[in-house]
Amino acid sequence: MGAIETVDLTMTYGPLTAVDGVSMQVAEGEFVGVLGPNGAGKTTLLEMVEGLRRPTSGSATVLGEPVWPRNAALLPRIGVQLQASSFFERLTAREQIHTFAALYSRPAREADDWLERVGLAEKAGTRVEDLSGGQAQRLSIACALVHDPEVLFLDEPTASLDPQARRNLWDLLSGLNESGRTVVLTTHHMDEAETLCDRVAIMDHGRILEMDSPAALVRGLDAPTRITVAPGLVDRAAGRSIDGVEDAEVGVEGTVLVTREPARVVSRLAELDLLDGVQLHTGTLEDVFLTLTGREYRA
Amino acid sequence: MRQFWALSLAIVRGFARDKASVFFSLVFPLMFLVLFGGIFSDQTRSELDMVQVGDVPVLQELPEGAQEAFDDTFTVTRNDDLDTALEQVRSGDADVAVEMRDDTLVAHITLTDQVAAAVTQGSLRAFVDGTNVALLAQDAGRAPPYALAVEQVEDESLSAIQFVTPGLLSWAVAMSAAFGAAATLQGWRQSKLLRRLQLAPVATRTVVGARVSVTLVIALVQMAIFLGLGTALFGLSLTGSWWMAVPLLVTGTLSFMALGLLAGAVTRSTEGAVNAANFVVLPMAFLSGSFFPLDGAPQWLQNVSQALPLRHLNEGMLDVMVRGEGPSAALAPIGVLALFAVVVTLVAARLFRWERA
Repeated sequence: MGAIETVDLTMTYGPLTAVDGVSMQVAEGEFVGVLGPNGAGKTTLLEMVEGLRRPTSGSATVLGEPVWPRNAALLPRIGVQLQASSFFERLTAREQIHTFAALYSRPAREADDWLERVGLAEKAGTRVEDLSGGQAQRLSIACALVHDPEVLFLDEPTASLDPQARRNLWDLLSGLNESGRTVVLTTHHMDEAETLCDRVAIMDHGRILEMDSPAALVRGLDAPTRITVAPGLVDRAAGRSIDGVEDAEVGVEGTVLVTREPARVVSRLAELDLLDGVQLHTGTLEDVFLTLTGREYRA
Repeated sequence: MRQFWALSLAIVRGFARDKASVFFSLVFPLMFLVLFGGIFSDQTRSELDMVQVGDVPVLQELPEGAQEAFDDTFTVTRNDDLDTALEQVRSGDADVAVEMRDDTLVAHITLTDQVAAAVTQGSLRAFVDGTNVALLAQDAGRAPPYALAVEQVEDESLSAIQFVTPGLLSWAVAMSAAFGAAATLQGWRQSKLLRRLQLAPVATRTVVGARVSVTLVIALVQMAIFLGLGTALFGLSLTGSWWMAVPLLVTGTLSFMALGLLAGAVTRSTEGAVNAANFVVLPMAFLSGSFFPLDGAPQWLQNVSQALPLRHLNEGMLDVMVRGEGPSAALAPIGVLALFAVVVTLVAARLFRWERA
């Protein structure tokens, strides 16, 4: 039995279709990322799966149970962290998580354990308003985990965090499905999805465009490798004449050789003694993402 | 039950740590109480300062009954030097200096304080006339044919504090109930805490019950502080069925929480919600007679005020707390407030949107 299953899940607001016929399965213990630009419908999709919104059509089940209407039997088995920091005003970190522990009928001791696990033991007496962005996210995640749920939903847990805080949070997140817990998170950071997730669903305009492991997605892209040779060593014509090179361009950083046979090109460069300062750029999830969602800027 | 207590505790802590909330629901109304209590108690100055020069038998041997009235009106000091006594009156340290010249009572007054001058003249004339009548009647061997008795219609101790305490208390309760509900609804909606609670295994009635209970407890604390301070510092005295103020305050709190919910439902930010609540409650306090009696207001205004819940709360509170009316006087206002609470809550529920847009 899958942890999450949606069938043709759709949400329309008047003329706008926020989520457009999404069908997907998530296995138990899987760590799945939903990756998409802002406004792609990630949050709406997640909120329908959590049971917060009634779908316009289609259905969603979590742990084999329908999520709509509000399913009281299911609620203790799922944990949610919503996009904003959903806290009681002016409580300290400890009071906050103790309140949530009480709502889930869990002992306060377990709440303290979670505070410890997310590294907030020292900040237990600090009011939520005085926590840093990263600390607030940690507390928010701890509050979502306080009842040890089987399925955990995280909506953009690293949004608006600086790179250090983001990487720091990854360490916490990556361990969350070790005990067989299913985790679904939304993000618009490619590197995050690539690092944390077993499978990634790339979403845009309310649809899931691709869903697979990050490696498979990159392989499927068939993107060429770009090899940059230090400036002044190879001109455009010489570059093009190397076996296996499809195209060559001269830029400020050097000559870029575009190829689908990087091994052959690199060994040729070695023969020519041109390897000093060579850089290789293979396809990334970002390339997959941009190929699928387009490059134009959307405010 | 643990959920209820945990939520209540969280709300109480959130309130107690919000200096602005505590100020506006407790300190601010109390400032008005002290201010109004102070201003108006000075207006009801009762005793005049009299300096007695030499023996003044007509005032020292007043007939029975008149002595008590005299003591209520004048505070007497004795100074046998006329010039010093006159100087005291001139400088305002005393209101009147009295001396006897043969059988004439001479009162030296100043017209600087005209009210005091008029009261002094009138009172002294009354005492002299009264003594004359009593002596003449005694000589004739019969009682005086006519007598005058003056009795106040209100509770005898009715003073400004009696009027302002129920009104200010109603206003304070209305304000903190409306602000509390408006700010909670907006704040929790914006932080998505409402959504988060929707996904926790806690019943809606538990969440609503905790929020309402905390506001009710705050209202009762306000009442205790107001009545305590009013009694201790300003001579407030409550009449028979003042305890009916408790159900009145409860229904009043509910109807103003409903107004706050409405403000929270139609606005987009916490500041907007609090401003909207303020915009409704403050003018309503003036129009409902929380600060000043409406007796002098034009009839149309008095009619309009009948549509305001605070007017009914004020009237009910005045009736049972200081006008000495029976418990049944509170029933009609309680009914009006309850109806108001139900109707406004239904409207707010219809207008409420989970999302800000």
